Amino acid sequence: MTLTADLVIAAAIAYVGLLFLVAFLGDRHTRNSAGGFLRSPFVYTLSISVYCTSWTFYGAVGSAARNGLEFVTIYLGPTLVFIGWWFILRRLVRISHDQRITSIADLLSSRFGKSTRLAVLVTVLAVIAIAPYIALQLKAVTSSIEAIAGASAFGRGRLEGWSEAGLAFGVAAGMAVFTILFGTRNVDAKEQHHGVVAAIALEAVVKLTALVAVGLFVLYAGGGFENIFTRAADAGLNIHATNGFGDRWVASLLLAAAAIICLPRQFQVTVVENSDESHLRTASWAFPAYMLAMSVFIVPIALYGLTSMPAGSNPDMFTLTLPLAAGQDGLALFAFIGGFSSATSMIILESIALSIMVSNHIVVPIMLRMTNDDQAGDGQGVRRLILNARRLSIVLILFLGFGYFYMTRTSDALAPIGLISFTGVAQFLPAILAALFWRDATAKAAIAAVSVGFLIWLWSSFMPSFASSSPLVAAVMAEGPFGISWLRPQALFGLSQLDPLAHAVFWSLFLNTSVLVAGSLLSSQSALEHVQAAIFLNVFRRHLGEASALRGSAAADDLFLVASRVLGHQRAFDLFSEEVRQTDTAWNSLQPTPGFIHRLERELAGSIGAASAHVMLSKVVSGDAISLEEVMQMADETQQAIEHSHALERASAKLRATAEQLEVANRQLRKVDLQKDEFLSQVSHEVRTPMTAIRAFSEILLSEDDLDHVSSRKFVSTIHKESLRLTSLLDEILDLSALERGERVWENRRINAEESLEQALRVCDALARQNGTAIRFGPRAGPVAISADPDRLSQVFINLISNAIKYNNAPSPVVSVRSRIEDEYYLVEIADNGPGVPEEERLRIFDKFYRGRLGESVGLAGAGLGLPISREIVARLQGTLELLSEPGGGACFTVRLPLPRAAGKHLSV
Amino acid sequence: MAIDVLIAEDEPSILEALSFVLQRAGWNIGAVMDGEAVMEAVRNFQPRVLILDIMMPKRSGFEVLKQIRAEPTMRGLPVLVLTAKGQQQDRRVAEQLGADSFLTKPYANADVVNSIRLLLDRPASGAA
Repeated sequence: MTLTADLVIAAAIAYVGLLFLVAFLGDRHTRNSAGGFLRSPFVYTLSISVYCTSWTFYGAVGSAARNGLEFVTIYLGPTLVFIGWWFILRRLVRISHDQRITSIADLLSSRFGKSTRLAVLVTVLAVIAIAPYIALQLKAVTSSIEAIAGASAFGRGRLEGWSEAGLAFGVAAGMAVFTILFGTRNVDAKEQHHGVVAAIALEAVVKLTALVAVGLFVLYAGGGFENIFTRAADAGLNIHATNGFGDRWVASLLLAAAAIICLPRQFQVTVVENSDESHLRTASWAFPAYMLAMSVFIVPIALYGLTSMPAGSNPDMFTLTLPLAAGQDGLALFAFIGGFSSATSMIILESIALSIMVSNHIVVPIMLRMTNDDQAGDGQGVRRLILNARRLSIVLILFLGFGYFYMTRTSDALAPIGLISFTGVAQFLPAILAALFWRDATAKAAIAAVSVGFLIWLWSSFMPSFASSSPLVAAVMAEGPFGISWLRPQALFGLSQLDPLAHAVFWSLFLNTSVLVAGSLLSSQSALEHVQAAIFLNVFRRHLGEASALRGSAAADDLFLVASRVLGHQRAFDLFSEEVRQTDTAWNSLQPTPGFIHRLERELAGSIGAASAHVMLSKVVSGDAISLEEVMQMADETQQAIEHSHALERASAKLRATAEQLEVANRQLRKVDLQKDEFLSQVSHEVRTPMTAIRAFSEILLSEDDLDHVSSRKFVSTIHKESLRLTSLLDEILDLSALERGERVWENRRINAEESLEQALRVCDALARQNGTAIRFGPRAGPVAISADPDRLSQVFINLISNAIKYNNAPSPVVSVRSRIEDEYYLVEIADNGPGVPEEERLRIFDKFYRGRLGESVGLAGAGLGLPISREIVARLQGTLELLSEPGGGACFTVRLPLPRAAGKHLSV
Repeated sequence: MAIDVLIAEDEPSILEALSFVLQRAGWNIGAVMDGEAVMEAVRNFQPRVLILDIMMPKRSGFEVLKQIRAEPTMRGLPVLVLTAKGQQQDRRVAEQLGADSFLTKPYANADVVNSIRLLLDRPASGAA
């Protein structure tokens, strides 16, 4: 069998047919059953290996041949990310499942407040950044066909007359058709492309097997590892010596790690197509293992190629040309299919992923802006539009790839082209990490950061790749724009010592990250951003899915219209039927709940991306700003609500305490209130009683003309007496109330207490004589200096002595007065031989208005305020007034006043 | 001598004025100055009407009124209640306990006389 281009192309087409069949069967299989083996973690892992493109298949060998072990970084980076899947990938997958994320642009847009602007930016940049990568695949496929065609005299077959570019264009066109057939049959990206994934998994097996087969062949032909290495060493090749672990090594390791997260197709297979989070656990070791298998034979193939192939051979094609040179046509064909396989899988998935981004983030928003919700059209219209948008973007993407290929076709190496793309998509990494881990990152900062990073990339990484085809670019590279040397693309700001790759990576990511951090600190988040940030950061804490930003009401009809436009009538009907069933309402009376609107938004997001779904539903859902604030609070819960609830707990404990205090105060107030009522009632009684007498006698005097002189005099004197009583009552009330309020109505000064007692006795002398009471003087203390007001102290004594006189009904009444000094106190005792105070009244006689039975029965004029007033006065003098029982009946009141501490006991005053 | 009006009042001046006014109106007057003495006086003197002060020593006017209304022989005795507190509550309690008339101190002498006259003119009820 002789390999010709015709045969190779026929084989490729047949292979594509096989893939198509696999995809078709895969789709049918998952539709009929729950997914079966296609949803196994191993198929998932194999689909992730779409990471290994023809760059790996061909380019890694070339890279190893040119740059030694540098190619290892391309595998090491993803390996690190997958081993550490717990930190980043798990988060990405969980968030994307929760939020129905369809692409990397969707992810960033969703996190940064469903920003349409960011989504568009990321999409455009991704499309540009991927163009070199697509070009790489086209180049690889074209080169491989050329390699086979050039191997024999009749090799070109029908390709006779086709230039390399023409061939590449043919490949690109074929790929476009193939991808459109493959990837744009349905709209809902979240329905996941099981068929495509199945085909990709098959391709993963094919390319690995092919590479291993070539590797084994090389080992056989070269006589084993050791021989190959020895021969290489003899030929002066030492792959360990070149470059080593320098800045370039670090840069490409970083790029590869970023790429496995940021490449649109990797996001598609790892995150979007993931059907079970636990598959990540398997992939975390299986994918690195796959890459290890892919890379084991790279060095032997490279070394064997370098030593056995003629000088000047393209090392990128060793995988293919080595079997060809050995006449192993079958193996060569297999190797070709392997390389073709890696290229097609990459192109298919990359363009599907990019086309979803383009249609969701650019076409649909434009469509939404241009159409009003009233011109709904039928549901199929939107779906068709979306599908067409995707088809068109696939063509565009492949065309861009071809364009790049065409512009840079003079460069031979594959790997550097791939690294340009890697550097481009790596610009998303800071924003993605911020989305996952930094609550305060803002949309404005993210947009600025991605833009800045991308500009640097365009300048120092993308543009230089045209240097070989454009003299202008070459001139700028050499001297800088307008001769500004510090703007030279590969020596920005005077940094010229670095390797160009490391240089571009450093400046782009450094400035990107700086802008993101500084921008976020300087700008503030919108409410929706705040909500989304909380959802992203707290994705593992609790299900916050209910925190929809769209709250409010919407007519079910409007919602249905929107849903059927995007999801198709059947799907929308199913969704609404389910809601009708769950809420147990009739179709025509369905009131869409916020939960339902949110579910609808997620479903729509699965088709057209979060930002577009949000915009679309916003048109029919009438929410308001307040509800957004509510949502903010809800979403904020996790982190802040914990603190909040602690604060609440503290606050409510405080409230409880306050309530208790209030309760106590209230009780006291009620008590005081009752006391006040009681007091007023008593005052009223005490005032009305003399008033009654005064009024009654006045009326008698006024109406009776024939009163005798004696009676009228008597009545007038009663009136006089009662009015005096009234006056003294009012005086006493005011006096007592002032005392009780604590008003200092007098000034204390040093006086002789005995003199006050003497004065009181003089005042009471007349009353005593009137009542026939004998006042007996007991032992006296002699002059005593205390601090008091003499009149007030006298008042107390007068009160006690006059009470003793008035309430003494003994046949020969006696009041005895004695005083003494005892334990730093001045004591005065006023005792009588009257009836004494009955046991049950002892506690009450100091109460206001309490006069005791005796007092009441003898009709003695007194409001019952004397004792309370006296006790208050004594209390103000830091003393006590007590009632003691006098042996042999009678009452004995004791006044006890403290002596001034510094002063002596007996002073002559 | 039959007593027309028994006055239960602890304030001497008020008692004096009341006695003077009622005597002038032509009635025979009896008087007690504390709550405990009222029942006995009613029993002994069989007055046609009772003037009862609320705030009295030993037993309040309310207690006395309750006792009177509970005693079959005295149940029909017309009672004029006098109070110096002047609160609505006192009036309500008095009415509930069966007071026939109620006056707040200070009163007009004429009001007392009129009230007593009304009570005396009323057809006697009960056993009195």
